[in-house]
Amino acid sequence: MAQMNMLEAIRDALRTELKRDDNVMLFGEDVGHTGGVFRVTEGLQKEFGEERVFDTPLAESALAGMAVGLGVQGFRPVAEIQFVGFIYEALDQMFVQAARMRYRSGGRYNSPIVFRTPFGGGVKAAELHTDSLEGLAMQTPGIKVVIPSNPYDAKGLMISAIRDNDPVFFMEHLNLYRAFRAEVPEEEYTIPLGKANVVREGSDVTIVTYGMMVHTSVKAAEELEKEGVKVEVIDLRTLMPLDIDTIVESIKKTNRVIIVQEAQKTSGAAAEVIAQINEKAILHLEAPVLRVAGPDTVYPYAQIEDQWLPTPARIIAGVKKVLDF
Amino acid sequence: MSKLMNKHSYEVHSDNVEPLTILSPEGEVVNPDLMPELSDEQLKELMYRMVFTRTWDERAVNLGRQGRLGFYAPVSGQEASMIGSEYALNKEDFICPAYRDMPQIVWHGLPLYQAFLYSRGHQHGGQIPEGVNVLMPQIIIGAQILHATGVAMAFKKRGEKRVAITYTGDGGSSEGDFYEGLNFAGAYKLPAIYVVQNNGYAITTPYSKQTAAQSIAHKALAAGIKGVQVDGMDVLAVVKAVSEAAERGRNGEGATLIELLTYRFRPHSLSDDTTKYRTKDEESEWTQKDPIIRFGKYLDKKGLWTEEDTARVKEEAKAAVNDAIKKAEATEKMTVGGLIDSMFENTPAHLEEQKADF
Repeated sequence: MAQMNMLEAIRDALRTELKRDDNVMLFGEDVGHTGGVFRVTEGLQKEFGEERVFDTPLAESALAGMAVGLGVQGFRPVAEIQFVGFIYEALDQMFVQAARMRYRSGGRYNSPIVFRTPFGGGVKAAELHTDSLEGLAMQTPGIKVVIPSNPYDAKGLMISAIRDNDPVFFMEHLNLYRAFRAEVPEEEYTIPLGKANVVREGSDVTIVTYGMMVHTSVKAAEELEKEGVKVEVIDLRTLMPLDIDTIVESIKKTNRVIIVQEAQKTSGAAAEVIAQINEKAILHLEAPVLRVAGPDTVYPYAQIEDQWLPTPARIIAGVKKVLDF
Repeated sequence: MSKLMNKHSYEVHSDNVEPLTILSPEGEVVNPDLMPELSDEQLKELMYRMVFTRTWDERAVNLGRQGRLGFYAPVSGQEASMIGSEYALNKEDFICPAYRDMPQIVWHGLPLYQAFLYSRGHQHGGQIPEGVNVLMPQIIIGAQILHATGVAMAFKKRGEKRVAITYTGDGGSSEGDFYEGLNFAGAYKLPAIYVVQNNGYAITTPYSKQTAAQSIAHKALAAGIKGVQVDGMDVLAVVKAVSEAAERGRNGEGATLIELLTYRFRPHSLSDDTTKYRTKDEESEWTQKDPIIRFGKYLDKKGLWTEEDTARVKEEAKAAVNDAIKKAEATEKMTVGGLIDSMFENTPAHLEEQKADF
């Protein structure tokens, strides 16, 4: 077992798949020679050659559209969009062309593509580098959405994403790339897409969350533990498809739940989780389901991002509201 | 160089382009050196396909008016561009079409009834048979240009002697995806052919309002790929240009942008009125360049084609269209359950549950 941070774990997953399947290829802006602006793909061009790991000209729509054409021809492209805000340039190719390929061709063609992108706040990045755009993808039929919260999951989820025969939007939180190291097996393993993980067990209240907010929520849970409140924390890992069964099982035990997300409050992942809880577990609830989220503004400039992002204090306040209902 | 003398050397400049023409409107060979190598049988086949396609188009417009077809983009006038460009390819070459480019994908192997099913909004229309190297028609203007770029990269990476060809119009050449695709093809030296059928109008917006570029073919210069302009009403010129581009692609010499100057005799779609944006004079000027009449005159002089041949092909085409529309109409209807199962390889639980509502 090796100690890896999340960035190294993703690289390890990419290397594993490049070795296993000749059709896997990586490309994007600065991905090849330099290994990407965060060095996720560092060394992979040297190891696998320029034919399989390469730089593209600077055009997100073209690199995503090229992935669609390569996918039709049986390649399995892992296309990096350098920062999350740049996906707007590629929305047609990602969310229309790739996501509809199977439907439009009645299954004759498919898009076995992983669109990787860093996202997420708290690192004082430039504008449009940090937004949480998973909600857009969740509303798009035909594409899966994955957000890992730790190195172990990142490797297993990335391998699953690459092997999936449908397009996957794989979002990597900037604040988690180098946040900590954890044990990651050197051999290959997969974590199924659409399977959540109970990262902390508890019996009084459930927090459903994903990405960086898993860690913020665990901090809040540890604080609450000191007050005798036992909090269960669920890491969704995959937002589309969503593992509602794991959430319902937890609610049957705790009867109280809040959703924590970094994204703006309205619509999006938290709203969808609440809608599904309403459909599947309303009779098990002792309190309304609340959201702790960013306000419905644009993601702010770095000066106030620490106040904008959900904090342990805001999460604790949310938990207390549902406990005291 | 004399005409450039008054220009500064630090200014980018380019000469005018004259479209490649092989046949005069009277069907005389004006450029014998450029004549593509085609046997008499092949010449007749080109005529057969153009006449067939014209008849199919006429019938399809009527079927559309009767409500037996859905969205349909007429093709009459563009037969030389469409038929000639497809004919110059090998079956292994791959076509990424826009919605008007049905003739190319049908002559490349898509059964006609599936083209009709696509128009009728049936998913089976897009189920391209194994071994037929085409994508479904694209609706988003220019998106297919990038798919062809990716397909061409796949051929290059596998060392296959194949080319990817894609089609858009004069309007499509204003899209960002057009420039991005050409630039990628230049940077990677891809075996791709980008065809712009410049029919003068993007729905109703005239070419004069589309660009200030000297020609669409000139846009190749900025991407560092080959650009050519061709008389798109001259099927032999189209065959020549696309054959050369395909040859270049197969030989590893990179991509080509081909501007075909053409005209659609009919409206953009069945819901548009050409009298609002085109003059009768302009329309009749182009009608005189009719690609079928022009090529027919050439074949007539060679003794390869008669009026009787045309009449026979029209009857064949009518029968084929009748069979195809009947087969399309008899195809089992789509279901919401089937639709749900076509979203992913393995239908996720939440989608599986949603079937219960239908």
